[in-house]
Amino acid sequence: MRIPLSWLRDFVELHESVAELTEILDDLGLVVEGVETVGEGLEDVVVARVDEIRAIEGADRVRLVVVEAGDGPLEIVCGATNFSVGNYVPLAPVGAILPGGFEIAERKMRGATSHGMLCSARELRLSDDHEGLMILDDLATPIVGQGLVEALSINVDVVFDISVEGNRPDAWSVEGVARDLATRLGRRLKSPATVSPTSPALSSEFASTGIDAPDLCGRLTVSVLRKVRVQPSPAWIAERLRNAGMRPISNVVDASNYVMLELGQPTHPYDARHVANRTLRARRAREGEVLTTLDGIERHLALPGRGLGDTGDDCVIVDGDDAVLGLAGIMGGSSSEISDATTDVLLEAAFFEPMSIARSSKRHGLRSEASNRFERGVDPQLALRAVARFVALLLESVPDLEWLSEPLDEHGIVPDVTDVELRPGDVQRVLGVAISNDEIQRLLEGLNFRVEERDDTIVVTPPSARLDVRAGAMGRADVIEEIARLHSYRRLPRRVPSWPQPGALSDRQVLRRRLRSVIVDLGGVEVWTPTLVSDALFDLAHPGAPRVRVTNPLAADESVLRATMVTGSVQAWAKNVERGTGDVVVAEFGTVFVHPDAIDDPRITKGGDGGGMVLNLPKESERVSVLLGRREDSAVSAVAFWAVLGERLGLADVVIRKDENPERFMHPTRAGVLIDRATGAVFGRVGELDQAFVAQLAPSLDGRRVGVLDLDVDYLADRTLVVRRSDFVTVPSRYPSALFDLAFVTPATVHAQDLAFALRTSSDLVEEVRLFDVYRGAGLPEGTRSLAYAVRASSEERTLSETEVATLRDELIAVGAHLGARLR
Amino acid sequence: MSTSPLHDLDQKVSELLAAISEIDSLDALREAEPGTIGKRSILSTLQKSLGALAPEDRSDAGARLQSARRDVENAFEARREELASVARLHSLEQDRLELGDVVVDNVRFPATTGHPGIIAVTQSQLEDVFVAMGFTVSEGPEVESDWYNFEALNMPPAHPARGMWDTFYVDLGDPETVVLRTHTSPTQIHLMEEAVRSESLPLHAVMPGRCFRRDAPDSRHLATFHQIEGLVVDRGIGFSDLAGVIETFTRSYFGPDITSRLRPAFFPFTEPSAEFEITCTICKGSGCRTCSQTGWIELGGCGVVDPAVLHAVGIDADEWGGFAFGFGIDRCAQMRHQIADMRALIENDVRFLEQFS
Repeated sequence: MRIPLSWLRDFVELHESVAELTEILDDLGLVVEGVETVGEGLEDVVVARVDEIRAIEGADRVRLVVVEAGDGPLEIVCGATNFSVGNYVPLAPVGAILPGGFEIAERKMRGATSHGMLCSARELRLSDDHEGLMILDDLATPIVGQGLVEALSINVDVVFDISVEGNRPDAWSVEGVARDLATRLGRRLKSPATVSPTSPALSSEFASTGIDAPDLCGRLTVSVLRKVRVQPSPAWIAERLRNAGMRPISNVVDASNYVMLELGQPTHPYDARHVANRTLRARRAREGEVLTTLDGIERHLALPGRGLGDTGDDCVIVDGDDAVLGLAGIMGGSSSEISDATTDVLLEAAFFEPMSIARSSKRHGLRSEASNRFERGVDPQLALRAVARFVALLLESVPDLEWLSEPLDEHGIVPDVTDVELRPGDVQRVLGVAISNDEIQRLLEGLNFRVEERDDTIVVTPPSARLDVRAGAMGRADVIEEIARLHSYRRLPRRVPSWPQPGALSDRQVLRRRLRSVIVDLGGVEVWTPTLVSDALFDLAHPGAPRVRVTNPLAADESVLRATMVTGSVQAWAKNVERGTGDVVVAEFGTVFVHPDAIDDPRITKGGDGGGMVLNLPKESERVSVLLGRREDSAVSAVAFWAVLGERLGLADVVIRKDENPERFMHPTRAGVLIDRATGAVFGRVGELDQAFVAQLAPSLDGRRVGVLDLDVDYLADRTLVVRRSDFVTVPSRYPSALFDLAFVTPATVHAQDLAFALRTSSDLVEEVRLFDVYRGAGLPEGTRSLAYAVRASSEERTLSETEVATLRDELIAVGAHLGARLR
Repeated sequence: MSTSPLHDLDQKVSELLAAISEIDSLDALREAEPGTIGKRSILSTLQKSLGALAPEDRSDAGARLQSARRDVENAFEARREELASVARLHSLEQDRLELGDVVVDNVRFPATTGHPGIIAVTQSQLEDVFVAMGFTVSEGPEVESDWYNFEALNMPPAHPARGMWDTFYVDLGDPETVVLRTHTSPTQIHLMEEAVRSESLPLHAVMPGRCFRRDAPDSRHLATFHQIEGLVVDRGIGFSDLAGVIETFTRSYFGPDITSRLRPAFFPFTEPSAEFEITCTICKGSGCRTCSQTGWIELGGCGVVDPAVLHAVGIDADEWGGFAFGFGIDRCAQMRHQIADMRALIENDVRFLEQFS
């Protein structure tokens, strides 16, 4: 919201510097997003009349314009096209310096010489308008050569661009901002001039009104204005509107906008000639009704929207023939618009139910200055005061205006304002500091709250404008925020609380950090690939599977929640290969999703209006995916990678088994699953990517082996599924260990890890069993291989004798034999 | 009347089909292609001979020949697929590796290290600061119902404040009932519900996690981003405790010469609410372009937990008070590492990633 300083000064005395005011406004929660000085440095700019417009040969973007500014014809090259011969426009002659320091010089363009510059309002820093030149035809008597400052009665002003929070509908106006400032600074808030009806004639004899939807329209006032003459506004009103970012249109429309900016009440003027029976009623729109709003778009009314709980209620204003004139509180239609010929005006000033305005505005994709205010809540008591101000403004250009007595005023349902009780200690409890009752009273009364001490309780009655203040405990919080805000957050003490409960990471977070640290130590470069993927990418890994879809994606290729991270990681890796940086291991931690229909155990949660519905949500799993993409990598290095990782996680006993049902991205004969031997839990996969799959994502990488490790962090974090080694350790024997090797010829059905496990657990003497060689081929029967293990053994009590070692060796051979392995 | 050139077509087709089924390798298939379905095939020869037929017979014969050609071609392609599949199986079989047999001791990795993601590193640093202050760390799901993401946080359906978040809706259940969480705040609700269920109040937790907003990415924002949220629910806790925690965090994470300040703001789930700003980390408060000459930059939002939120989860607002705060992990990383364009974070260019340790 752009607020000129001069306008604020109409309401409150301000002698602070702009920097000081900015600081104060920020601290009040009225955040100043920009400060701009307007009307400055325009001393050289004059009014010029366009006398001739000529094309310049070879130029299609600029034209040669001949203007008269008092000293004879001047040729100017100009790129704007929004004017014609006879218009009056601002001219910055050669030598002029525009606001911001831009100096105008003679310039040659396309063979023509430009003797100055014709300006837009933005170039003059008079408004944001840059739709072409500023047109000055609205001046009562344009005088060529007259200084623009004089012609427009321009005053230097400072404009604050203030952002007002959603819970401060009362502050969304010049008066509202001024009220906060006055309270903070302890100064008086002045009221703007208003008038009373100027004609004894009764409004009810000329017009009528009514509310048929009291839940949607809480108040509808209609004032009758006669003998209106539509014309340009006085210069000072036009200037204020320009500075506030609005384009002046006509005295009637400008007065409406002025009042909205100043007091926060949107009003809507209708040309009485086009309102049947001069009747304005508020009712619910009926299905099938269509309205063309002022922006030229056809609106189909009363159609339930997509929004949760949206029944399609639209409040409309209709005339005596029940014809729809406008979407109440949002935008009018063109049929009853004010025109130059308007003489009788019906002025609507109303209160509409905020939530229904919000829904309608969202459903129709239509936001306006009015709807923005109504959906946050306009003061229901403000309507007629705003009209009185409107008339005072319009009287400046139409002194014989008639405002008929007793404006029509119908009431529907207006939200209740409830008293809020501040009990002793409430303020201190929430803010951590006691604020005296006198100060509380001063601050709240500044904002028009009524404050009354009853016994030791302060009873606070919010003003009608504060629809945001709720009842009960919530209202207390609302009021205490106002006290804190006006008192200043920065003056509240800071206290560092402490509590007996210790801070800690969860087991899973500790595990995740360990995983990350080992993966990085082993060469993993952590990537971050999209959670939302394309259908095509999803189908590569899970063709035809049910998928969780986003209804409103930013792009079609980001519309499905990923079911695996491997595909994304492959893409990230392949891009690096293209850049010549692909000789790496990439790793990603993240969530993958399974559609609730595809599983027996979807996440069940509550949702819907009031949380009354039971919803099946996707199952989310946290995984870590590692792609080993270095030149020498393969399933072999993936297994080794896992071996180190598993060891560092302190897992008790994990084996790799052939993956009987590999994912589509896995190499079918190089795919393994990781299984906790004790629980049987399958918590990951290891192996190699299918080269055909890699080729689909990155054709240039056909034939390259990529190791892969894909772990379920949810399982890993659950010690009942993936068992960890005991924290208890053994002190090694003081006696020397015996070392010997055993090579077994084993059938394919015997797993090397199972054999090692059997050997290790067969005797208390065995310290360690390590596989050190695997041999297949000549000399061995078909379907068998030789597995060679290094065994280390020792005793707690003594050095093992040769005989004892030999006995142990025989025992281990027997263990092997029991599993079908024979000594080689 | 001369014999039609197609009189033994059926027999020739059977011969061709038989020959196709005999082909036993992809190489042989490639060799046989010209003679079977190509220019040198008998079918092509017959095609040429059709010109000799009387015009009235020509179209009929053409159609027969077309149909025969289609049969042969289909058989040929089917054979090609069969053989390719056999070849793939064969090569996969050749490539078979018994993963349990891998001799891990023989694998040598290069003596280089990898690099953790900058978001993960930043998140850990932030977690550590809060753990040291007595917070536990909790996480929650990324898909939420509208109740957790909005309504329990004091934003009923159609509440204008919902418009503060550009929401991705998930196509499950009734329209707009399931969302990708737009902030980590729903985890607050889960935590409070759990604490009420298990009667384990008080609560002192931070909640990091991934969030989503339907907003086209630019140099400062990504549609997917990470937040960390804090929540304290305890007796005798208020705004000044919040201000103290924010200040301690600020100095601890950003350094002793950086301080914080609060200014009024609006969030539906806190009241009083504040935006918290910290001394500009670039100019240390003297004013620069990054902080628009103010010396301060916005970091996040915070406030005293709104009684409506406590009410939604069944906590007595007269007995318990609390505060909450939240800010962007990505933003902290951006500030600390001076990342000029956030989109670099999802580009995954190794040259970018290898700068982090």
